[in-house]
Order: sequence, then structure tokens, then C-alpha cells
Amino acid sequence: MAESADAFEMRGIVQRFPGVLANDHVDFAGRVGEVHALLGENGAGKSTLMNVLAGLYHPEAGEILIHGQHVVLRSPQDAIANGIGMIHQHFMLVPNQTVAENTVLGLNRPRFFLNLRKIEEQVQALGEQYGLSVNPRAKIWELSVGEQQRVEVLKMLFRGAKVLIMDEPTAVLTPQEVEGLFVTLRDMTKRGHTIVFISHKLDEVVAIADRVTVLRRGKVTAASVSARGVTKAQLANLMVGREVIFKVDKKKAKPGDVVLEVNRLCCDNDRGLPALREVSFQVQAGEILGLAGVAGNGQRELAEVLTGLRCTTSGTMNFNGTLLNRHTHWLELGQQLAHVPEDRAAVGSVQALSVAENLILKRFNRPPISKGWSINSIAVKQNAVKLVKEYNIATPTVETHVGMLSGGNLQKVILAREISGHPKLMIAVHPTRGLDVGATEAVHKLLVEQRDSGTALLLISEDLDELMSLSDRLVVIYEGRIVGEMPAEGADIRRIGLMMAGTKAES
Amino acid sequence: MNLPGTHYRLRIESRSNLPAWVGAVSAIIGVFLALVVGGFMLRAAGATDPIGTYIEIFKEGFGTPADWAAGLHALFTGTDCPKGMQCFGPFSDTLVKASPIMLTGLACVIAFRMKLWNIGADGQMFLGAWAATAVAVFLLPKTTPRPVMLAAMAVAGILAGMAYGVIPGFLKARLNINEIVTTLMLNYVAYLWVEYFVVVGPWSLGDFESTGRFPTSATWPRLTDYVKQIPVAAGLTAHPGIFLGIAAALLLTWILYRSRWGYEIRVIGNNPKAARYAGIDVARNIILVMGLSGALAGLAGMNEVAAQRELNGRFQQGLGFTGVIVAWLARLNPIAAIFVAILFGALLVGTQLIQPQGISSMLQGVILFVVVGTELLFHYQIKLEKAESTAPSAAEASHD
Repeated sequence: MAESADAFEMRGIVQRFPGVLANDHVDFAGRVGEVHALLGENGAGKSTLMNVLAGLYHPEAGEILIHGQHVVLRSPQDAIANGIGMIHQHFMLVPNQTVAENTVLGLNRPRFFLNLRKIEEQVQALGEQYGLSVNPRAKIWELSVGEQQRVEVLKMLFRGAKVLIMDEPTAVLTPQEVEGLFVTLRDMTKRGHTIVFISHKLDEVVAIADRVTVLRRGKVTAASVSARGVTKAQLANLMVGREVIFKVDKKKAKPGDVVLEVNRLCCDNDRGLPALREVSFQVQAGEILGLAGVAGNGQRELAEVLTGLRCTTSGTMNFNGTLLNRHTHWLELGQQLAHVPEDRAAVGSVQALSVAENLILKRFNRPPISKGWSINSIAVKQNAVKLVKEYNIATPTVETHVGMLSGGNLQKVILAREISGHPKLMIAVHPTRGLDVGATEAVHKLLVEQRDSGTALLLISEDLDELMSLSDRLVVIYEGRIVGEMPAEGADIRRIGLMMAGTKAES
Repeated sequence: MNLPGTHYRLRIESRSNLPAWVGAVSAIIGVFLALVVGGFMLRAAGATDPIGTYIEIFKEGFGTPADWAAGLHALFTGTDCPKGMQCFGPFSDTLVKASPIMLTGLACVIAFRMKLWNIGADGQMFLGAWAATAVAVFLLPKTTPRPVMLAAMAVAGILAGMAYGVIPGFLKARLNINEIVTTLMLNYVAYLWVEYFVVVGPWSLGDFESTGRFPTSATWPRLTDYVKQIPVAAGLTAHPGIFLGIAAALLLTWILYRSRWGYEIRVIGNNPKAARYAGIDVARNIILVMGLSGALAGLAGMNEVAAQRELNGRFQQGLGFTGVIVAWLARLNPIAAIFVAILFGALLVGTQLIQPQGISSMLQGVILFVVVGTELLFHYQIKLEKAESTAPSAAEASHD
């Protein structure tokens, strides 16, 4: 087969959801031996298009060709039988089974007897072949996120995937792990695999992709352009449809009093194992403290402890002169301590309630929203109308269920609610994860404004670029310990990356 | 994955973003389909003309337009009903049957709103009946004025039902014990508790298995008591209990949509994680809502003994379970529960005379089953499609 032959080709794909045209006659093709990046804002239709290719959705119009042959993909099984495998953002692995067991999970073979030994050998061999070394007998929960991702790749290779779709594969990795992944991907393309790389992160796309296709609102705005000849700014422009400013515009911080002082804080995770080990830090009014770290090193637990969702095992938290502990009345504390949670749909909002009702989640118990036992529905509506206008929340009405809003608008609902309470401290966890460039810009602006108005901010994020540009000070967390602290300005990203990976900082 | 012996297979896909009216439409279509399915069962049970049977059931439950016309004429002219009790008799009986299931239905509505699966409304109702009886027969003198007596019985029924609901609520809130199991089992404890007192125990009048007739002050006044002023009311047993249900429905609506507590309940019911995030005390609300749910069921028990004028060994089981169906058909809307309860009251009255006796329960079961099934079909679509044989891949062969 020729070097530049198409491994797959999608022609005129149309996929409609109620009220949304997710893919509008999209053409997309991947050559044998290339990394083809699929770029676009949230809701641009990238995942929809790839779910069509992975056999999860069935398009209303359009055709799919594999090596020039027409195919109909009715299920993920059909897709994998045709050599197409997708690795989703959230891994589909069983934590308490081994790597080898996860590899054969869901396969029709072997039909009856499971010769695990043989499979372990095959997995081992496959891993060595592709430079994806993982112990096939290790249980999934023992592995780091990067290793788990390798297992997902192995799973697909084991099933014979020639085309590998990766949905935001770098979101959970350290900079070093990202480099490792890129090496693997290049190796795979040399062996004739095709990689479809879905991402928001322009740097990575420019670094790894051979060709780039950009989607905007379900339509292709740039078809298979060579990644060599484009700049980040051009790609961003194609994605958003306007110029995007990458630098966050902010003045120098003027830190004030200490608002939060955490001293030798410890807590357990859901499995009862230590998640935080003697964590100490301070956040001052008018500054943004960034907490860097790879997901799962205690960040979520820290945010939960600070907001009363998790109990401490030892240590103290001093908020604005009062100790936070099991006797704290969190509902009374209310909006002094704002929290933008990691999971905006499952924790930060109530999907089946309206925008107006979600906007009073932290203040339903005090005037003017409630008087005595009753809730003043006029005040609820006024509050909603005011905030929707002030924070540019795009919603048909304030009675619309928040479940109908896009991720960016949902985040604006949460931010509007938290910020409008004039908090003394705000804990923001992955505030822009999954948001498109435009919404990210808006959220960053809101956070910096908060800082300038004298709020202390603790920013927890996996996105190092975001941390570096927003924070005034940075601390790095690894396995529940603070392993380093530095001013954000002029910080060395490689050094932070090493700390995030657990290497002791030099000197 | 193919259907056996064919090249077809079934797929189930969820439909998203359904408009709000779909729920109401699916409930109506569901009831209609249930009647069709029930019709076949009636045929199987020996009815030669199921449609005729349904018409009879409807007439028995609501009366005919002619009955109503005659009744209204008699009412305004102050004369007797020309058809004996037939003028308003059917609807009066329906209201009598509807009042307890309206209250147990509302008990389920409030609990289900918080995703607390209280299927112990039956037991809570029994305890309410027991406590109201204790007050009426054994605590207060017979000469107590009727309003005071009835109010005291209602308070006793509410408190007993509340206490009996708080037990599983507490176990759920503090120890995370599944409330389905505890509420279900506590039903049997309540049945036996009442049976002990009434059949063999201290309240039994020997072989009568009954506390005996309550003093008049401890009974609901009936329409027929006013036959002197309103001749057409002769023989009608309708009592004010139905207003308790309607008042409770209005109160629940206020609580759910206009009060702080209701806001907490709706947040917890829809997303307990968000509730904890907002600082709402979930455990406390579990106990409170189970208490309110039990209180409503307990009030249903008081209502029943005041209507039946005694507590006996034949005190009806299962009205709490009918409440589950009422709540579900009303889609957990308190106001809708009023109408669903009246409809079910009519069904209970209309099927009383049908043999075999299980027809009523059978129809209830079919209605719930088909309505829930219809709702499922409205939210998901099932596709039958041809399974094209995909080419056996080289990959699959290569690893074997």
C-alpha cells in the first residue's frame, strides 16, 4: 500500500441532535502513518465526529471508507473489527483487575478457557514492541494515570487497531509523560498506524501533528492543513473565528492579610489511605496561589477538606481568624468561602433545577432570597436576571434547567453565584477544564478581577500554562505533600514538571 | 448479540431533551394502554365484554350524567333522590375510598421527591390508626367535644406515623441502612402490632376482633347525618377526610416550591452531592422528610378509623402500596396526586362487585406496570436492525 494512502475517509457526515447540528457535512480523512489533529472548541463537533468513526453514533448522512472500502459501523465492535479504536478521555478500565485481564475484557476470544499466562505474554510482547512497558500482572489501581493510558493503548493494539482515536490524551499527564506519549505516538505512526489526536491545546497540536483539521460549529474551517506551516495564532483564529489573546492581562498583585492558613493538614482519600500528608501553606488577600500537580495527588481532597466536604485526620485550617473543623456551620459560612468545584455538573450545580434556582444555592437561607421559612420567588428571579446580565450567561430564560446549558455557560452560572457573594476566599478547581478558548478567556478575566478586588484565591489546576499565567505564587503537590514553592513569575516549567513527577527539586 | 436464529438485533437508545409535556402524554397513553391490556385479562377472567365492564366500573365509580342531573335537581328542590342512593352514591363512595390513598400517595410523593423509597406508608398508616384509636377509645372521655376529639386523634395519628417513619429515616441517615428494606419490614411489624391489640390483646372485644364502635365524637360526620336538611344526602357516607388530603396536597406544594425546606428537599433529591457542597445537612433532611412522609401516612390511618368508626382485625392492608402507585402516576406532583387518588378511588369502588375479587389489584398492577413501561419507551427508543456481517478482521485472526 502506498505511503500516503488514506487509512480511513469520512465523507459528508451529518449528525444531528435535538436542536443541534453537531456535524454538518464534515469530510475528514486520516493517512496511513500520520498524526492527524482534530482541533475545535467545545461543542464544535469533534467528539461527535469521532464517536461516529468509533461506531457509537450512526450518522444521518455520509459514508465511511476504510482503505477505500465502504463500511457501515453499527457498534464499537464493528469499528474495532475494521481496525478503528477510540481511547476516551475517561479511561474504561476495571481498577481491581490486572492489566492482562483488562486487555481481554469484552472480547469474544477466548471463547471458553482463559489462558491468562498466554495473554500476559502477548501483552508483554506487544508492550515491548511499541515501547509501552507495563507489568501485565499489575492491578490497574496500582498504576499511575500515564501507565493506565498505556494500558488503554495496549488494549486497542491487542484488538488490532490500526487507527487510534485519542480524545484529549494529554489532559491528565505531566509534561514528561506527555513527551513519553509523543515518542510512542511517533513510533506507532512509523509502524503504519494512524493517530487521530483530539485536543484544545495548540502547543501540543503544533508539536505532534502532521496535519490539522479544525472544526467550528460542526463545520470544517480548515481541512487537513500541514501542521508545519501554521502558527498557534492562526489555528486559534480558525477555531474561534476571531483573534485570541493568550496572555492573561493582569497587574502586579498587592497581597494583604493572610486569609487562609493551613497547618500540617492531613486527611484520607475515599479508600481510607492518606491523601494529604502534613500540608502547610498560606493564602493572602489579593493574591492567587496556584497549586500545581498531576491529578490524583491530593488536590481534590484538599479542596474538599477546605470546604467541609471531607474530614481532616489532623492539622488545622484557619480561615480569616476562625478555625474550620467539624463544628463549623458551613451553610452559615455560606458565601464567605467560595468554591468552584472540579465537577461542575455533578457537584457544583443541580442539573434538573433552573438557572435561577441554581443561582441561589449558596444564599437561599438568607434575606432577601428567603424570609423565615419561605422563599421569595420575586427575589429569586431578580437575583437571576441581574447575574445573567452581569456575567453574560447565555440562557434562553432564567427558568431553563442548567442541564441544558453548555459547559462554559454552566461554569459562568457557578462563578456568578460564587463571586457575587463577595467571598473572602475562593477555591477554584480546574476552573477552565473542558471550556473553549472564548469561555476560558472569560473565566480567567473573572478570576483576576476577583483577585484585584481583594479576594484570596487558591487555584488548583492541571494546566500548567494556566497556572503560570494566572498565579502570583505557585506550590507543587506530589503524593499529598507540598514539594516546592516559588513565585510564578519567571518560574521554570521544566523544574515544576519534575517536581510534579516526584523528583526532588535541586538545591 | 443477534436475536436467536435471525440476522436482526435490538438496540436501546436514549432520547435526550424531551419537552416537559411528554411526561403527561406518556402517562395518559400509559393508562389507556393499561386498560387495553387489562381488557384482555378481564376476557381471560371470564368477562365477555371488557369494554362494557369498563363502562360499568366507571358508572359504579362516578355515576352517570343522568344520576348527576337527577341529584342536582333534587338538591336544589330539596327533595329525595328519585333513584334511592344512586344520585351521588357512587361518587360519595369514591371520595371515601380516595381519602386514605390520597394521603398515603402524598406520603410517597414527598419521600420519593428526595429519592427516599418509603414503601412503609402502609405500616405508618396502621400505627396512625392505632394511635388515633388509643386516643378515641381509651384516653379521652366519650363526652369530649367532636372537634377536640377529632383534632386529638389527628395529632396522635400524625405523631405515631411520624415516629414510625423517623425510625427508618434515622437508620438511613446515621447508618446508611437501606430504607426500602427497613420500611417494607416495618409494615409487618405494624400489622402484627395492631393485630395483637385488636384480635387477641387488650383492646379486643372477645370474638369480635374489634375495639367496638367508637363514640360518636370520635367519628367523621357523614353527609347522611344531614339528611333532614338535605334530603338527597340520604345514605351518603362521604366525610370531610377528603379535605385533609386536599389540604395536605396544597401544603406539600407550598413546602416544595415556596419554602426553604422544599428547596433543600429538591436540591437533595436531584443531586445530594450539590446539596452537601452548598452546606445543606442531608442526614437531617432524610430524618425530617421520612418524618413528614410517615406523618401523612399516619393521618391516613386516623382518617380511616374515624370513617370506619372502629378499629378491627379487618383493617385494610395495602392502601400504602396503592399510595406508591398514586404517587408515581402523579409524577410526584402533589396536586396531580389529588386527581389520581380520586381516579383510583373510583377504580376501587367500581371493581368492588366484580368477581373474582382480585380484579381491582390486577388492574392497579397493570396500570403501574404499563405506565412505567410507557414512560420508559418515551425516554428510550428500541431499534430493530439488520446485523450486517462485518468482515472478519485480519486483526482478530492475527492475535489468535
